[in-house]
Amino acid sequence: MKRPELVCPAGTPAALRTAVEAGADAVYCGFQNATNARNFPGLNFTPDEMQASVAHAHAGGTKVLLAVNTFPTAGRFDLWRDAVDMGARFGVDAFIVADIGVAEYVKRTHPNIRLHLSVQAAASSPEAIRYYAREFGVKRVVLPRILTVPEIKQLAREIPCEIETFIFGNHGLMVEGRCSLTNYVTGLSTNMDGVCSPAADVHYDKQPDGSVTTRLADFTIDSFAPDEQAGYPTICKGRYHAPNRPDAYYAFEEPISLNLSGLLPALIEAGVDAFKIEGRQRSRAYVKSAVSAFRKAVDAILAGQQPELADLLALTEGQKQTEGAFKTKKWR
Amino acid sequence: MQCLTLGPIIYHWKPEERRDFYARIADEAPVGTVYLGEVICSKRTPFLEPDYPEIIERLERGGKRVVLSSLSEVVLKRERDMLAAICETEGHEVEVNNTAGLLDIGGRPHRIGPLMNIYNDETMRYLAGRGATHFSLPVELPAAVVGAMAAAGQGLGVGVEVQVFGRASLAVSARCYHARAHGRTKDNCLFVCEQDPDGMPLKTVTGQPFLTINGIQTLSHSYVSLNAEIEAMQGMGVSHFRLLPQRVDMVAVAEIFADRLGARIDAAEADARLAALSMPAPFSNGFWHGQQGRRQFGPRPD
Amino acid sequence: MIYVNSAAAGGVLRDLMRDSTHNDPNHRAGLTRFLPPLPLFVLQPLLGRIVRRVARDNPSLFNRLGPHRAARFVIDPLGLPFGLLLVPNPDALVFCAFDRRSEPASDARIGGRFLDLMGLLDGGADGDALFFSRDLDVSGNTEAVVCLRNALDDVEGSIAESVAGMFGPPGRAALSGLRRMAARAASRKGDHA
Repeated sequence: MKRPELVCPAGTPAALRTAVEAGADAVYCGFQNATNARNFPGLNFTPDEMQASVAHAHAGGTKVLLAVNTFPTAGRFDLWRDAVDMGARFGVDAFIVADIGVAEYVKRTHPNIRLHLSVQAAASSPEAIRYYAREFGVKRVVLPRILTVPEIKQLAREIPCEIETFIFGNHGLMVEGRCSLTNYVTGLSTNMDGVCSPAADVHYDKQPDGSVTTRLADFTIDSFAPDEQAGYPTICKGRYHAPNRPDAYYAFEEPISLNLSGLLPALIEAGVDAFKIEGRQRSRAYVKSAVSAFRKAVDAILAGQQPELADLLALTEGQKQTEGAFKTKKWR
Repeated sequence: MQCLTLGPIIYHWKPEERRDFYARIADEAPVGTVYLGEVICSKRTPFLEPDYPEIIERLERGGKRVVLSSLSEVVLKRERDMLAAICETEGHEVEVNNTAGLLDIGGRPHRIGPLMNIYNDETMRYLAGRGATHFSLPVELPAAVVGAMAAAGQGLGVGVEVQVFGRASLAVSARCYHARAHGRTKDNCLFVCEQDPDGMPLKTVTGQPFLTINGIQTLSHSYVSLNAEIEAMQGMGVSHFRLLPQRVDMVAVAEIFADRLGARIDAAEADARLAALSMPAPFSNGFWHGQQGRRQFGPRPD
Repeated sequence: MIYVNSAAAGGVLRDLMRDSTHNDPNHRAGLTRFLPPLPLFVLQPLLGRIVRRVARDNPSLFNRLGPHRAARFVIDPLGLPFGLLLVPNPDALVFCAFDRRSEPASDARIGGRFLDLMGLLDGGADGDALFFSRDLDVSGNTEAVVCLRNALDDVEGSIAESVAGMFGPPGRAALSGLRRMAARAASRKGDHA
C-alpha cells in the first residue's frame, strides 16, 4: 500500500512548528501579501520567518510547499515573481500555483523545483490536468472537491501526475479560482487579493430581541435566534430567500466541514498520493488536533489496523461534517 | 457595428424562444459577432443543438460572424467529449471556457472566453503563442488592468473584449443551485431552470435583492452597464464590446451601444434610452471602478 | 509604583477563580450594584507587568498586528466584576482593568466566560471553535479581532503559562486550578450538548 503524504496547513510560524511536531509530512504556507489565497490580517510569513521556518521544517523531516496560488493582475506580476524567487532561495520543496503566467515563470526560472497545481486552477478533468502537466511539468494536482471516490480512481488512471485531495476542513463549493462573490460585495477580490468574505467588512448586528444578523458590507448574510449557533458571514454559507423558498434556506451550502476520515482507505486505494488538511486561518490548537488525528489514522491504515477516528466535530464549522461529493453524486 | 458582440445565452430558454431571438438578432441587431453555444449546463444541449445549423445560417445571412462557445465546467465524460467535438469543429472559431479545451487545440486559432482566468499579460502572451487570437476578459477586472491587457493585446495582435452589458457571472460550481432550491440534485433536476429565463432571484433574509441563480452559475442581481465608460475603453484599445443576452429587448440594447461606439450619442442619452427599456434590475459598474461590483459610479451615483 | 509580591498575586488570582464561578447574571448585576468601587488599583500594576512581559518575549506579535496595534480592545470576561482594556501599541502599551460601570471607548469588544478567554491564551483552545459555538461574542472592528487572534496564535507555548510563571508557585498553582475548572466546565457542557 502506497504511503500517502499528509499535507498540513501552516498559517503562522508557530502553527508550522506545531504541524511538524504533530507529524506532518509536508506543510503549506504563504507570504504576507496577495500572492496566496489566505491573505488574512495577521496571518502568514515574513521573508525572515519563511526562511527560518523552511529550515525548521526540513530539520524535522517535513517538506514545505509555498502557496503562490492567486492570480496576479497586469502590472503586479513582480510581487508573484519575487515570492517565487524568495521561495526558491529559501529552499521550498514545491510551489502551489494556479495562474498560467506564474506556472510558466516557475518552469522557466526554477525548473528543478516541483510545481503543484492549486485547487484554484479548478482542473477537474483529465484533459485539463494533462494540459498543465504537459505545458508546465506539473507534478501534482490538488483536486477540486467535486469528484466521487470512483471518479477519482478513474481519473488517476488517465493522468501522469500525483493526486492530492482535501480530507478535512472548511468546505469550498464554488469552483475555486472563479469566484467573484466577495468582490461584488466588498470590492476586494478572492482571485486577485486572496481574500474571502474579509473580516474588515464583517458586522454582527445585535437586534433588540437578542437575535443577531450577520452582514458583509451592505448585505445581510444570515440571521440567528438568541440560542442559535452563529457563524462567520461567508457569502456562500448564508441563508437566503428564493421565489419558491419563503423561509430562508442555505442556498449554496450549510456551514459545514469536510471530514473524510471514514474514506481514507478508499482514497488510498483509488490512487490518491497526498491528503490535504484545510485550515491556514485556523489556530495552532486546530492544527495540533487535526494533524495528530490524521497522522494516527494514516499510520494505522498503513499498518493494516482499523483507524481510530478522533471526534473532530468540535473543530468543524457549524459543528457539522460531511463527506461531500466524495461519497455521492447526489451532492451535486 | 463590427466591434459589438453578442455573448452566448447563458439561461435555459425554450428552443422556439431561442430561434425567434436569433432570427431577430440576425435581421435587426447591429452586432458584428454572435457567440453561440451552451456554457453552463451540458444537460441542456440536446434541446439546443438541433437548431444550431439553422440559427448559424440565419445569423451569417444577416452578416454576423458566428463563434461557437463552450462549457465552463467540464467534469463528466460526456462533457469532455462535447468539448472535444466543439474544439475540432471546422469552419467556425471556437471560444474556450475551460482549460480542458486547450489540450488538443493544437495551435489552431481559438478564442479565450471570460470564464478563463486571464488576469495578466504574461498569461495572455503564453496563450497567444499557442493559437489564442482573442481574449474576453473576466468581468471583475478594474479599469487599470483592462488598460494594461488591452495594450498588451494590441502588441500581440489579438482581440481584447470586455462585457459592457448584462449580469456579471460571479461564480460557477459543480453543484446545481437551481435544482437545490427545488429540493433536487443536478442529476434529477427536471430542468427547473427553464422556469427562470432571466435567472432565479436570491434575496437576503432582510429582503435585499442580492444574487441571481442560473443552474450551477451565480450571477449579480444588477446588470453591468459600462455605457459611460465606452470612450475610455476605446481609448485604451479594447477591440470588442460584449452584450450578454438578458430577457429584455436586446436589439434595442444593441442599437444603443452601437450608437455609443459610433459616437452618435453620448452617455446621458444612452442612459435615457436604456431607462426607457424598463430593465428588471439596477445597473452597476463597480468592478470597472475597482470597487464593490454591485455599485454604480458616475453621473448617476447610487 | 506599587510593589506586588507573589503572595498578593496569588491571592488576587484565587479571588478571580472564585468570582468567575458566579455566572448567574442576576447575581452579577446584584454584585455590581452593591459593591463599593472595586480596588482595581491592585490589579493595574499586575496587568501592566503581564503585558510588558508578553511584549518583551514576543516582539514579532506587534509586526503581525500591523495597523491594529493601535486598536483599543475591550475584553469582557463574563462572570467577573470588571472589564479589561488592551491597546497593544508597543510605544504605549495599555492593559488595565476598568469598573463595568464606566466602560471606555473601544474599536472592538470580545466577550466570553473568563475560562474560555483564558483558554485562548493557554494555546489549548481553538478560537474558531469557541467562535462558532458563540461562546465568544465579538463586536466592532472584526478585522482587528481576527488580526489579534492570529497574532496571539503565533506565540509559541502558552501565554497563560508564562504569565502564571511570573508569579512563582502561587501563580502556577492558580493556573492549574483554572485549567481544572475549565476542564470540568467543558465536560459539563459536553453532557448537556
